Amino acid sequence: MTAQNTAASPQNPRPESGGAEVSAPSEATTSNRPQPRQQQTAWVVAGNRTPFARSGGPYANTSVQELFTAALDGLVARTGIAGQRLGAVAGGAVLKQPKAFNLVREPVLGSALDPHTPGVDVQQACATGMETTSLIANKIRCGQIEVGIAGGVDSASDAPIVVGEGLRKVLLKLNRAKSPKDKLMALSKLRPADLAPVAPGVAEPRTGLSMGEHQAITTARWGITREAQDEIAANSHHNLAKTWDSGFFDDLVTPFRGVTKDTNLRPDTSAEKLAGLSPVFGKSLEAEATMTAGNSTPLTDGASAILIATEQWATEHKLPLLAEVVDTESAAVDFVDGEEGLLMAPAYAAPRLLARNGLTLQDIDLVEIHEAFASTVLTILAAWEDAEFCRDRLGLDEPVGALDRTRLNVHGSSLAAGHPFAATGTRIVATLSKELKARAVAQNRPVTGLISVCAAGGQGAVALLRAYPQS
Amino acid sequence: MSPSLPNVTSKIWPGTGPDDAYLGLVSQGPGRKVATTLGLPAPVELRRHDPARPTVSGPVVVLSPTSGARGPGETAATEADDLATHLLGRGLEVHRHGDDLRKVGAVVLCLTEVRTPSDLTAPALELGSVLRKLAPGGRVITVSRPATGVALGSAANLPASGDSQDYTAVSRNAARQGVVGFLRSAAQEMRGGATANGIVVADGVSVSAPSVAGSLDFLLSGRSAFVDGQFLVVGTDQGPADLAQVPQGEAPLSGRVVVVTGAARGIGEEIARLLHTQGAHVVPVDVPAAGQPLSTLANELETASLSLDVTAEDAGQRILEHCRSRYGRLDGIVHNAGITRDKMLANMDQAKFASVLAVNTEAPLRITEQLLADPMADGLRVVGLASTSGVAGNRGQTNYAASKAGVVGMVAGLAPILAARGGTANAVAPGFIETEMTAKIPLARRQVARRLNSLQQGGLPLDVAEAIAFLLSDSAAGISGQTLRVCGQNLVGA
Repeated sequence: MTAQNTAASPQNPRPESGGAEVSAPSEATTSNRPQPRQQQTAWVVAGNRTPFARSGGPYANTSVQELFTAALDGLVARTGIAGQRLGAVAGGAVLKQPKAFNLVREPVLGSALDPHTPGVDVQQACATGMETTSLIANKIRCGQIEVGIAGGVDSASDAPIVVGEGLRKVLLKLNRAKSPKDKLMALSKLRPADLAPVAPGVAEPRTGLSMGEHQAITTARWGITREAQDEIAANSHHNLAKTWDSGFFDDLVTPFRGVTKDTNLRPDTSAEKLAGLSPVFGKSLEAEATMTAGNSTPLTDGASAILIATEQWATEHKLPLLAEVVDTESAAVDFVDGEEGLLMAPAYAAPRLLARNGLTLQDIDLVEIHEAFASTVLTILAAWEDAEFCRDRLGLDEPVGALDRTRLNVHGSSLAAGHPFAATGTRIVATLSKELKARAVAQNRPVTGLISVCAAGGQGAVALLRAYPQS
Repeated sequence: MSPSLPNVTSKIWPGTGPDDAYLGLVSQGPGRKVATTLGLPAPVELRRHDPARPTVSGPVVVLSPTSGARGPGETAATEADDLATHLLGRGLEVHRHGDDLRKVGAVVLCLTEVRTPSDLTAPALELGSVLRKLAPGGRVITVSRPATGVALGSAANLPASGDSQDYTAVSRNAARQGVVGFLRSAAQEMRGGATANGIVVADGVSVSAPSVAGSLDFLLSGRSAFVDGQFLVVGTDQGPADLAQVPQGEAPLSGRVVVVTGAARGIGEEIARLLHTQGAHVVPVDVPAAGQPLSTLANELETASLSLDVTAEDAGQRILEHCRSRYGRLDGIVHNAGITRDKMLANMDQAKFASVLAVNTEAPLRITEQLLADPMADGLRVVGLASTSGVAGNRGQTNYAASKAGVVGMVAGLAPILAARGGTANAVAPGFIETEMTAKIPLARRQVARRLNSLQQGGLPLDVAEAIAFLLSDSAAGISGQTLRVCGQNLVGA
């Protein structure tokens, strides 16, 4: 039972939905009756992440558990909640060792949190952090918990290597074999080729195409130019560099293993420098290949986490209400037969979310579109401006419309920071929440932000955050 | 300097010892015999505070010029009585003579009423006669009045007393300053981890003043283990009237909100830990780049960390904001953040000189000014970190010594401003302290540096922290503008 409910009980001794109760119980039994869960507002109150590092770099010998523990401990230290029991910690990783079935619970036990805090593993590819945010926010909104942590972690340096299918089948058979003869029989089926280990791929299982190749098709379909992509990439680096220099990340990032800044960041890059890179994706397409290592995200290691709480819990713990998690939405597209681009799902999810909340894209003060590739951002924006797409695919009479680019990824995004898959969602939620709050206070009005994250499997997750000048 | 001083066998006291192999070798057993026979330094592990042990190693003897038969020194007897009364109130065994005792834990010399240098003879010799009985980790403490016109700490700033036209005042001034030379020499003769320190009580302030009692408590205890040959100057009778009723060992900083800069590592980390142990809500501050160790410390202390660069223009405001939103109060700040950029002056460049001043002196100045602009800083206790380099100078450290002497000047200048707000400003000047930083000094130099003090060993970060905790506590409310050295009576610099 939450303190909120206890406090509210004198004013509301009987649940609204208590009609099922036939006979009015005595006062004594009333107080013992389960209290109604009250709808709450879920507030982002703090965020923390490790600096992101390119794979094979400074975190090469660090496990995802260690990375996530570091993100949790930094968040706990910044908010001063060591030793406290939280309602839940939700997290996940895309690249996950089979033995790490309790990927989140283990770091919770290793962190400064009360060990009585449960951990939940969630996974929706690159949108994992968005889904953990949604999960914790919804638990709070339903009145189930008062406070929780949402996060994500990934390390391409700590990716699982598995044995081939042939060896796996032999080993399983060997395990079942009882007699020495059966064991020998099982082993005799082994062929030298079976011994080669299998590294994880980022190819879509149903198409065999890598994410980059999929996006190259979408890029070509929308006629996105190389120049536009390089401009997005250069802006990302410049904006992120400015944000680092301003000290904005002082209370959003905690250094780890001697790394104090995102190692992928290139403050001195430019559209001209990026123009010199050779394309890496879409080279087999008829159209010009435009996607390079410079306008695509590199494999990255890192972890992030945010603290979400009710207003009462935040106030009791002297933490600011940065931004309300207003609503979230997911979408998926059928990319398998090529009907839609692999990473286009957010283009469907966001208009649904906006409509449900009575908003248009133009009502949004700040927009964060995860830069899986520079062209992902550009194809989504192009689709929203396209009357045909909006009519035929989204069923809208009017196009979603153009986005004022000064509202887009104002602190840089994944092209500069890097993209440890599951950690990206809560990286964006934390950064956007702090910026929304600063603007709300400065402009003395509510300020709304939209986050869009695409994910493997033709999926996408979007979220609406809103900050208020008060509190 | 008798080799036959008894009871010098080492006593290993609990607590974290320095990583000093020589100390381990000679502090006991055959190693000790070899060292003493060869006339080598023979340090022992110091007696440090342990709540499970008595605060003093044995009975306390209170001596005064009138403890012998004397004429006009009646008040001294009374003042010695006041000191004895306080010590009795602490549950200590107190004697007025050491003759019948086999072992003595501490000797307190009340010299407040010396009128002429020869008044020092009798108490000095009486102290000498009990020194052989002084237990390991024993204490000698003088209580005296300041000579005017002589810089002792900033005791020279204390108001002159009496009629300066009166020649007897000159004689008295000589006697009073004589105490300083006497005490500092006695301190160098102490053995077995014993120390000698003085309390200088401003004219017009009673020896029963809270901070005299508080200073006695501190100097007698293991909390002052590495403070040796120093004077605590009590300038006012500020402080809680019922100090005598406050049991020692209880959290003296309970409920206070204290900011510690540079808290992620080394001495700062230990300061934060000790203040937390003493009941304070610690706000550990360090640069964003030190976020990982800072987080570990904050989580250990179950407090909220604050990542900021003390040289940032708005550092003071951000500290205020953090304290206001989380605690609604601010009681103290320890300006511990500091850097070294050693270079001989001929090779010094702009960046090395300016950055050291910016972090070590300019930042504390600016932050304190910003804090004082807020009413929340009423009663603020400021503690700066000076250094023996700032007192005596150090080759290759012109920048560092300038910055640390600057801290000495800063707290002296802040004292009257803070007095008007009910607060204090003091500094602590560490000598050779065993830290990650000093561990990087080459072995031979490090071994020499360790022995260059009366205790013949490096101090621990805890020793510095203890002095700071004392200066932040109500026990030190009457002490302001001072710089207390925590250096084991480093032979470099008076």
